[in-house]
Amino acid sequence: MIELPALGWQSIVIFVVFALSLLIATYCTYAERVIAAFLQDRVGPDRAGPYGLAQPLADAVKMFTKEEFFPGGANKALFVFGPCLAMITALMSSAVIPFGNIMNFGNNLFFLQGIEVNIGMLWVFGVVSLGVYGVMIGGWASNNKFSLLGAIRAASQNISYELAMGMALIAVLMISGTLSLREITLQQSAPGEWYMWNIVKQPLGFLIFLVCAFAETNRTPFDLPECETELVGGYHTEYSSMKLGLYLFSEYVNIFVVSAVMSVLYFGGFNFPFQYELRDWFVSSQGWELASAQNLITLLGTVGLFLKIFAFIFFFMWIRWTLPRFRYDQLMRLGWTILIPLAVFNIVLTGGLILAGVI
Amino acid sequence: MQLTNRAKVLEKKPMTLAERAYLPAIFQGLSITMRHFFMKKATVRYPEEVRPFSNTFRGLHVLKRDEQGRERCTACGLCAVACPAEAITMVAGERKKGEEGLYREEKYAISYEINMLRCIFCGLCEEACPKAAVYLQPDKMAPPRYERDEFIYGKDRLVEPVSPDERSVRGIQLTSDQATTLRARIG
Repeated sequence: MIELPALGWQSIVIFVVFALSLLIATYCTYAERVIAAFLQDRVGPDRAGPYGLAQPLADAVKMFTKEEFFPGGANKALFVFGPCLAMITALMSSAVIPFGNIMNFGNNLFFLQGIEVNIGMLWVFGVVSLGVYGVMIGGWASNNKFSLLGAIRAASQNISYELAMGMALIAVLMISGTLSLREITLQQSAPGEWYMWNIVKQPLGFLIFLVCAFAETNRTPFDLPECETELVGGYHTEYSSMKLGLYLFSEYVNIFVVSAVMSVLYFGGFNFPFQYELRDWFVSSQGWELASAQNLITLLGTVGLFLKIFAFIFFFMWIRWTLPRFRYDQLMRLGWTILIPLAVFNIVLTGGLILAGVI
Repeated sequence: MQLTNRAKVLEKKPMTLAERAYLPAIFQGLSITMRHFFMKKATVRYPEEVRPFSNTFRGLHVLKRDEQGRERCTACGLCAVACPAEAITMVAGERKKGEEGLYREEKYAISYEINMLRCIFCGLCEEACPKAAVYLQPDKMAPPRYERDEFIYGKDRLVEPVSPDERSVRGIQLTSDQATTLRARIG
């Protein structure tokens, strides 16, 4: 019934998603500074353009015109490859995220999604895990003790928290029975049951996933790989110019992707309350065709998904300017002795509830 | 040894479950930062927004004219002697015939310079002046500039303008060039 989307349409969607990720990451740098300022009773950058909105451009110009520095004894090829890999993997993972439902143009159905695959969640996990290689290679190739320590921390932290994250995800998969992100989204959209998003069924799982997401994106309170107080700059100590910019950028792209994944998995993705009622109202009272009403709902859903994503991004920044950094042993203890047992407990609990027929 | 009786004995109790869960503390912290998000900001956006000065604020110097628009300064040098920072230098000259409308007495300052980087704005020159010529204005200060020699204010920037509209509105003393361009723009 659903036709395969044309290759041309797919490349358009991928290009738009690519551009959007970059745009959002760019303005994340601005939002980060403004939110930090507001939380500290300041006003933040407001000189470049109206409300300082041209600040990211000024930053980009600054980044590009800085000296391109190579430390002595560094492996040049890997030194360049590190930030590239971090950026590539960050951008790749958004390909499978369903940014909207189906669009209908003259009986041609299109997904608002780069690629629809039945292993969508595995793809995200695999690509995000690759991201740590960018940090590791960059830190190792710098020929600097601080960089190496930062890289080692990044690797161990990512491995530790990926376990708990994966197990929190397993509980979601037990409910949905599929790895396709589109399927998981559609299952959260039963008519008249918009309040049954996965967050209701999986509050504990969401909490674990959220904490692990902070660790996976190297954000405060788990930003040990780059903690200035101990490691100068961590893995990007030796980086300057746009290579440093790529690292910082990939962090924000990662935040965007993780926010999108959390919105899809737990907060209904592109679904929003009363979407079916709204569509039926357009069809019955306004005399619209079903297809165009559905298209409008799809676009509204995309807007809704982005609102959810922005809320998560704001939450990431809010946390960053509230909590201090964990100590390294505290980080490891939280990951291995608290989050993983909790995740296992969550799996058992979910299994029990499914057997009991509650969810 | 007990010095005061204000010492407070801290008991290290085992943490309760809520404390160990760490989440209530996080939510408390988040609510505190969110409250600050909506608070009034402490920032003063400087060039656009200027804090009110005190009435007794000692700012940028001015060399006054008398009622007929003649310069009051006679280059006696008392201000330079009084200056603890040695910021004032001057060259005295004799008034020629026909200059009676410009200078009040026979002796006047051919050049009068204050180095604003040396000046500590103590106001002793103002107190020392027997002719009531030098004053520290309560509403102006020396604006930032890129070059050090731009901070040496000569008579072109110190002497009170004949017409009051040459004074800048933003509380920053303009150079004579800037005043000219500004006047040309206003028309």
